[in-house]
Amino acid sequence: MSEPGYYRMPSLGADMEVGTVLEWYRGPGDEVHRGDLVALIDTEKAEIEAEIFQDGTIGELLVEVGVTVPVGTPLATVVPVGSQAAAAAATATATAPAALATAVAPAPPPPAEPSAPAAVRPIPPAPATVPRRGDRVIASPLARRLARDRGIELADVSGSGPGGAVHATDLDSGPTAVAAGVERTSPRREPAGDADPRRAIARLMARSKREIPHYYLAHDIDLEPALRWLAAENETRPLAARILPAALLVRAVAVAARAVPELNGHWVDDRFQPATTVDVGVAITRRGSPLTAPAILGADRLDVGATMAALRDLVARARRGGLRASEMAAPSITVTNLGDGGVDVVYGVIYPPQVAMVGFGRIAERAWASDGMVGARRVVTATLAADHRATDGHTGARFLGAVAHALADPERLQTTEEDR
Amino acid sequence: MTEATVDRAISAALADIAPEIDFDTLDRAADLQSEADLDSMDFLNLLAALAEALGIEVPERDYPQVRSIDGLVTYLSARQPA
Repeated sequence: MSEPGYYRMPSLGADMEVGTVLEWYRGPGDEVHRGDLVALIDTEKAEIEAEIFQDGTIGELLVEVGVTVPVGTPLATVVPVGSQAAAAAATATATAPAALATAVAPAPPPPAEPSAPAAVRPIPPAPATVPRRGDRVIASPLARRLARDRGIELADVSGSGPGGAVHATDLDSGPTAVAAGVERTSPRREPAGDADPRRAIARLMARSKREIPHYYLAHDIDLEPALRWLAAENETRPLAARILPAALLVRAVAVAARAVPELNGHWVDDRFQPATTVDVGVAITRRGSPLTAPAILGADRLDVGATMAALRDLVARARRGGLRASEMAAPSITVTNLGDGGVDVVYGVIYPPQVAMVGFGRIAERAWASDGMVGARRVVTATLAADHRATDGHTGARFLGAVAHALADPERLQTTEEDR
Repeated sequence: MTEATVDRAISAALADIAPEIDFDTLDRAADLQSEADLDSMDFLNLLAALAEALGIEVPERDYPQVRSIDGLVTYLSARQPA
């Protein structure tokens, strides 16, 4: 019989250090398969539906709803497929569930190993963000938020968690408790998180500017051929399947990332580690919430129409809830498109541990000279912010050249690598 | 199709896309994308919702005519559902 494994708190983005289980979709005895959604996880900036990457049967849930634990902490035991003694194995591993569930000890691993977001790894010393013992009350962020909303002093609540940690459920028994489940009635409407929803992005951007020596390049690209092709294409499509210029730009970045792999990957352990897939992160604004940048997975394998469908789906889920763990784990390169905001040029800030951020400004008519003639052409300025530790400007220039090349030949955007 | 019908459809679609805005306070002659802070994806979703509600699809070449609320009302109320 094989040993039971663990389902661990996944890393849902480079900036994630801790996560809170908001809801278990599966329970003990449930059969699970790779890709199944098993839990709703509250990171500091969003609520994410997390997949499992094992086949097996859920043994025991080690972390209860409302408890916050560092990335990598076992959340449940998983008995592998084929094991006859699923239930028995689950019981056997139940020796120290409480200890595992406490938010006191282990710290998060270093950010995001791209291909194995929830992998087992060594545990460095604890950071300050993890609730700790001392004069401070130990409580889950959810409990803190509820307590604040309800005007309850955490010190007055007797916690049922390990070490007296206060969980959200403990507040319901308190004298001032209001109707239980208020927070749970619409788990996907509001991006959950701290009192300050900008905290996670603030930390990540500060880290980027502190650690990454950025260099910047810009390239004006004639979009006339691509936009003419797009207009003709959209004439043939129903409104719901219409393609936006943004999808062309994302597609061109995916093609370029494949062509110049030196910019498609992550800076981990003081060296560049190329990604095996092209997962293009897309910076998505949300009304009333900070930016988020989930990935279109395997973007180089999607033609323009499929890229548009993926983009539309991703934007809708970023804004209404329902992003997947695999989409939030570090993309291999990210695109920001501020064209709708009316600016001509955007110089991005790299999302660590990625090494490149591609920016597109407004698509606008400009005087454009070519073949000895000056004419009005629709032009976009593409920029690249890249990590100088990983590449030099020469490589960056090749990348922007590849973006321009892809956009100059719309037929090239239409077909995927596999077709060629 | 009456202008009031179109108006209600626009209001309902916008309430779904940009719930925080007050439809009655928008400048009806202004560019709707900047007035309601809609990006191109929001605008496409708005047209898709209107197509669903009213049965009229606005082709891309007619976008210049539907940039404002007034423009949308004029354009859509002059047409019959497909």
